[in-house]
Amino acid sequence: MSATQAERPTTAPSFEEQSSPLALLTPEQIEELGRELDAVHDEVFADLGDRDSRYIRSTIKLHRHLVLAARAMLLGSRYKPLWLAGTASLSLAKILENMEIGHNVMHGQWDWMNDPDINSQSWDWDTASPAEAWRHSHNYEHHTFTNIRGKDRDLGYEIMRIDPHQRWHPIYLFQPLYNLLLMGFFEWGVAVHDLNGDAIRSGEKSKRQVVKELKAIGVKARRQIIKDYIAFPLLSRRGFKSTLTANFTANIVRNVWAHSIIFCGHFPDQTYTFSEEEASKETRGGWYVRQLLGSANIDGGPLFHLLAGNLSFQIEHHLFPDMPSSRYTEIAPRVRDICRRYGLPYNTGPLHRQLGTVHRTILRLAFPGGRPRPKPGPYRPA
Amino acid sequence: MPERGAVPRVPAGRRRALELIRSFTSPLLPDDYLELINPLWSTREMRGRIERVERETPEAVSIVIKPGWEWPGHRPGQYLRLGIEVDGVHHWRAYSLTSDPERPDGCIAITPKVVEAGKVSPFLFRRVRPGTIVRLGGVEGTFVLPDRPPQKLLFISAGSGITPIMSMLRSLAGSGGLQDVVHVHCARTADGVIFAEELRALATRHPTYRLHQRITSRQRRVGPEQLDELCADWRERETFLCGPAGLLEAMSERWKLDGSSARLHMEHFQPDAQVGDGERGEGGEITFCSSGVQARSDGGQPILAAGEESGIELPYGCRMGICHSCVGRLRSGRVRDLRTGRVHGQPGELLRTCINAPEGAVEIDL
Repeated sequence: MSATQAERPTTAPSFEEQSSPLALLTPEQIEELGRELDAVHDEVFADLGDRDSRYIRSTIKLHRHLVLAARAMLLGSRYKPLWLAGTASLSLAKILENMEIGHNVMHGQWDWMNDPDINSQSWDWDTASPAEAWRHSHNYEHHTFTNIRGKDRDLGYEIMRIDPHQRWHPIYLFQPLYNLLLMGFFEWGVAVHDLNGDAIRSGEKSKRQVVKELKAIGVKARRQIIKDYIAFPLLSRRGFKSTLTANFTANIVRNVWAHSIIFCGHFPDQTYTFSEEEASKETRGGWYVRQLLGSANIDGGPLFHLLAGNLSFQIEHHLFPDMPSSRYTEIAPRVRDICRRYGLPYNTGPLHRQLGTVHRTILRLAFPGGRPRPKPGPYRPA
Repeated sequence: MPERGAVPRVPAGRRRALELIRSFTSPLLPDDYLELINPLWSTREMRGRIERVERETPEAVSIVIKPGWEWPGHRPGQYLRLGIEVDGVHHWRAYSLTSDPERPDGCIAITPKVVEAGKVSPFLFRRVRPGTIVRLGGVEGTFVLPDRPPQKLLFISAGSGITPIMSMLRSLAGSGGLQDVVHVHCARTADGVIFAEELRALATRHPTYRLHQRITSRQRRVGPEQLDELCADWRERETFLCGPAGLLEAMSERWKLDGSSARLHMEHFQPDAQVGDGERGEGGEITFCSSGVQARSDGGQPILAAGEESGIELPYGCRMGICHSCVGRLRSGRVRDLRTGRVHGQPGELLRTCINAPEGAVEIDL
């Protein structure tokens, strides 16, 4: 077998690459940048304390109060204003639980507290993904191999052509359509994605493991269905149907929001993807640079960042996945300063622009061809 | 996984009811919502609320804790594992219970002496306020009064070694068991005698409780050679001894030579910083395979502490070999258990990093 055949079929051989900012840095610069970022990490971790612990506890409390308020209001869901207020409150609660709490706790961001109740190993979230499988596919695979084509399965989630390097296939003609479906049922998409179809097909994952993981998804599905579509509707008695639609709506709202925020993390135009070759023999500093170039932020205010689970600081999150999310906003100026000094881009923009480019890409790459979009160049402070 | 409190004894009906409403709260537990009202209602783990903080001496406080569920009891002399948040981080420590298990208000008490270099005792000593919620772990320890207290007892304590013995004295006094008790207690200064007033009051109220108190900054430290003078019939007494290692060693030597070792019961006190008093080895290089970090231990430092010094975050709990929160799989090499000095370790074995030091180079999957 020749070398080209051995390459993964998803990788179409190549365009003339725009020179990646990574290539402009000397190995010494990359190492120096790595040391600077390590110092940022260590400084924050040495400073973690009461303030942070109060933050996560009060966020968790807020979530629980929102749930209680929502469920109470929805007991009277036949009354339109209560339906609206209850659905809004439940949607907010689910978003908070999914993004700022679940995702970040399961990343181990709060493990330093040594609290058994707020720990990556014991946490489970109100989505279809079983905690353990998600931690593997997300924390390990995606965060280690971020934006490496053929290795980061989150690049298009195995079902979408999100990067022009991916070989086109007629199935992608439908991707604008099934992307809409994925939006509404994102949590289920993620759960199935965690199973890792590639590994199942190649036999890397044993049948027993697959069955075990399917069962875990089944348990999570059953629990959500019982809670949102049977138990609470029954509690509303004559409001059964209206509570059911309220809960369904809240799940959809949460899914659409999560999908939008998460797709803005790596798929906006300005981000770079990498070949396996580029990422081989990568040092710690090189890893940092790849995370920087492969991620994109979303501008917004404190409330927006909270609801985005601080994934609107995707760059900072990818540099320091285990750092408490509440600290990203504090270190962002320092990361920007590093970008300025090393001539690296710092990809950020308002939600409508970032999301706009993502959906444009999904539409464009449904068809054959396409080239990487022009990149913004080094960060310049406004 | 970090350590949790002990599982409380919850009425079966209540557990069933909670299980039923779990369909409404999943993946959270009903507990997660009930705790919004009162954190003591947790059925997952025993918690307690600090009711009072009483200054005992310039260096020690008594912390009185009301357990959330009925206190399952302890045997006088045992210690409690206590979990408390200090500067955002949850810590676990073991403290002798100083309260009578039969306290009418259902409270329990510990009496930590401040160790300035430590993390938890300075917090308990200066900063903790009534109302603070703590986690209550298991009650452990074999330094206990027998179920039927012996007729003739001898207590020997030094410094904060008084704490487990205080629980015994309080329990005996409460149940009319102070029949024939000799108590020899040493402290460095008169100010520093923990429970000084209560001990004096006990001696006044119970003539059958004879207290010999020594202030070692003025008087000679009590040693085995004064036993005959302080308590002529010490050989016939069931003896409970708690204090620094030197005292324990000297006394146990005497009992071995001259009395019956079976009658001597001892509690070792371990300061925060040091694990165990087993024999030390040479130490060695530690490779933490998952984190890709190297560390070195001098032979006295456990793997956990050496790793933390090299800047990695490792799982930990009790730091004294009890809770197994810190385990990691050994890939290669041998380790020494710092409590016993025993050298052991097979590839694939789960090791407690908090009590084992490397004996030569080791690799561990953490």
